[in-house]
Amino acid sequence: MKLLTVIVLLPLAGFLLNGLLGRRLGRTFVSVVGCGLPLLAFVATVKAVTLLQATGPDAALLEVAYRWASFGDRSFDVAFYFDRLTAVMTLIITGVGSLIHVYSTGYMKDDPGYARYFAYLNLFLFFMLTLVLGRSLLVCFVGWEGVGLASYLLIGFWFEDPAKAAAGKKAFITNRVGDAGFLLGLFLLYWALGTVNMDEINAAFAAPVAPAVSASLVGVLLFIGATGKSAQIPLHVWLPDAMAGPTPVSALIHAATMVTAGVYLVARLHGIYEHAPEASQVVAVIGVLTAFFAATVALVQTDIKKVLAYSTVSQLGLMFLALGVGAYGVAVFHVYTHAFFKACLFLGAGSVIHALGGEQDIRKMGGLWRRIPLTFGTFAVATAAIAGIPPLAGFFSKDEILWFSLASEHGGSPILWVLGSAASLMTSFYMFRLLWLTFLTPSRMSHETEHHVHESPFSMTGVLIVLAVLSAIGGFFELPHFLEPLLPIPAVLESLERYEHTLVYVAVAVALLGFVAATVMYRGGLARGEALAARFPRLHRLLDGKYYVDELYETVLYRPLHWISDRVFLGLGDRLLIDGSLHGLAALTRRASGRLSRVETGQLQWYVAMAVIGVVGCLVWVWRHG
Amino acid sequence: MADTQLLLGLSFVLFALGLVGVMVRRNALVMLMCMELMLNAVILALVTFSLETATLSGAVLVFLIFVVAAAEIAIAIPIVLQLSRQRSSLDVEGYDRLKG
Repeated sequence: MKLLTVIVLLPLAGFLLNGLLGRRLGRTFVSVVGCGLPLLAFVATVKAVTLLQATGPDAALLEVAYRWASFGDRSFDVAFYFDRLTAVMTLIITGVGSLIHVYSTGYMKDDPGYARYFAYLNLFLFFMLTLVLGRSLLVCFVGWEGVGLASYLLIGFWFEDPAKAAAGKKAFITNRVGDAGFLLGLFLLYWALGTVNMDEINAAFAAPVAPAVSASLVGVLLFIGATGKSAQIPLHVWLPDAMAGPTPVSALIHAATMVTAGVYLVARLHGIYEHAPEASQVVAVIGVLTAFFAATVALVQTDIKKVLAYSTVSQLGLMFLALGVGAYGVAVFHVYTHAFFKACLFLGAGSVIHALGGEQDIRKMGGLWRRIPLTFGTFAVATAAIAGIPPLAGFFSKDEILWFSLASEHGGSPILWVLGSAASLMTSFYMFRLLWLTFLTPSRMSHETEHHVHESPFSMTGVLIVLAVLSAIGGFFELPHFLEPLLPIPAVLESLERYEHTLVYVAVAVALLGFVAATVMYRGGLARGEALAARFPRLHRLLDGKYYVDELYETVLYRPLHWISDRVFLGLGDRLLIDGSLHGLAALTRRASGRLSRVETGQLQWYVAMAVIGVVGCLVWVWRHG
Repeated sequence: MADTQLLLGLSFVLFALGLVGVMVRRNALVMLMCMELMLNAVILALVTFSLETATLSGAVLVFLIFVVAAAEIAIAIPIVLQLSRQRSSLDVEGYDRLKG
């Protein structure tokens, strides 16, 4: 039996069933199909993992599903490749994915687009599994574009609202920029190596004879693709806007799975980056800058989902920092822990929004812990996990990232460590700020909202509990060592080796410092925070305006493009040149035929005379030339 | 030889008369008669050449032309009748609106 193909096709079946029949067969059918098939895919993945474990640490399952194209002696197969890295990603996608499907049955209960929602969600899973299971970059790219499509459809799920439809478009278009880089890298690899299978690409770069292509160039091009999908500077602008979609979508696509596709891509092609110190440096610098700047923006956001969105951007930056210093397994470790606690946070935020009837502004919340205790408890665990409080999951992965950013022989440096730690401090601060303002401070809700507050149904809280437990204990699984046969752990500078334990204490101290600072600032409500903002109005405006990146792009890119399109391409090219020449030809023909039609007088004698002239003319011509 | 030239000359004169008649006269009936004249000139020429070359193909063509001429008249006469019934005039200049 083709197990891997089955894993990929199960969600596709869900998409087809729900998309074609869902509306007619009712909600129970949609829920069963929508949640059941991803769960089956999860079970199949577990089966595949046991098969893989039986074969050895660096073995892989390989399955050719379909011959896509063949020409000459070359061919492109739709082949699925399953090694430990794929196993981890697939377990996250199907596992967390299934949980979020279950949660959605509660969250989207009253939505008229219920069947459409589940169809899209299953479609997303299908493409995401194609992305991580595909053996060749080409299949991966199909998944890559497919998740972009699913993301677009789900961000703009409530497309009646033009702002939400625009957010979907923005995500799609921003991703196109990155995809150009991905494609160029893909072409370059195929041109140089004659293969797009990722295991063969890694092997080619590890071979003693270096391939005839610059690893750094390919690395940077593929990383441009990754910056688009994983929302890194300068293509991060779409992710905060993507929060326009339903909250479970933000949890699944824009926190746990899709945005980590870039991390997966770089980790999967680590063979290139190991031989490309320049590209690795670019990855590390972009990563740490994204982590730092996104964290500063998250400090002042007042929309609960926006805080989490910037937090996601920041955490993704940390993952790229790990990739840049060669700690590929550690990056995947953070993908794995982040999937749990960030999904838990987003779903918790969804539960809060659900309880408050759509309110997302944390300035109008507070005191919720007594009213929705389960949501509060799970949210608090996940907050502590992301802040890096031991022994929760986030502590382990983040600590290792920071350690390697300092000590890795593959480009570690104190600057990276300082910026990363600063981002980590801010993470702790803004997450506890969120926790205080949402749940713990005295209530600032309006009377009507307060009356409405209720705990979410079990389908939602149950999922929250599972995810909170996973965020608590997930870190004890030594993922980097599990992945070591595939993704080597970089050597550590000897001079720093003895500081490893000290740095663990520093990381814990940083996390606790963030917690204490947030407590001092926000225990009493908004007052102190607002006083601080009033003290530094310029800085606050800069952060609140997200460094005006959107405005910058609007001025530098959008306006000139719009001007050129409007004036040059539309005005000059389309209207003047194409329309002008065609209309001119038409007018010329009409005028000429107007003149000519006067010959038709209706006078028989005139016609006869013309005919005679013609015949005589013909005769003369024949006589002359005959 | 002289006969042949005479006959061809006659044929040419008849054709020219017919052509001038079609071009100059305004009466539809007269124009039809002039067209018949041209057809007959052609027939005369064909027969002449047929005699000259001692082949039959020219003579055969004559029958073809008879058929065409008969068909033409069968259509043309009703048209002329209709015209005269419409306006009791056969002056073709008055019918220039038929150009469509």
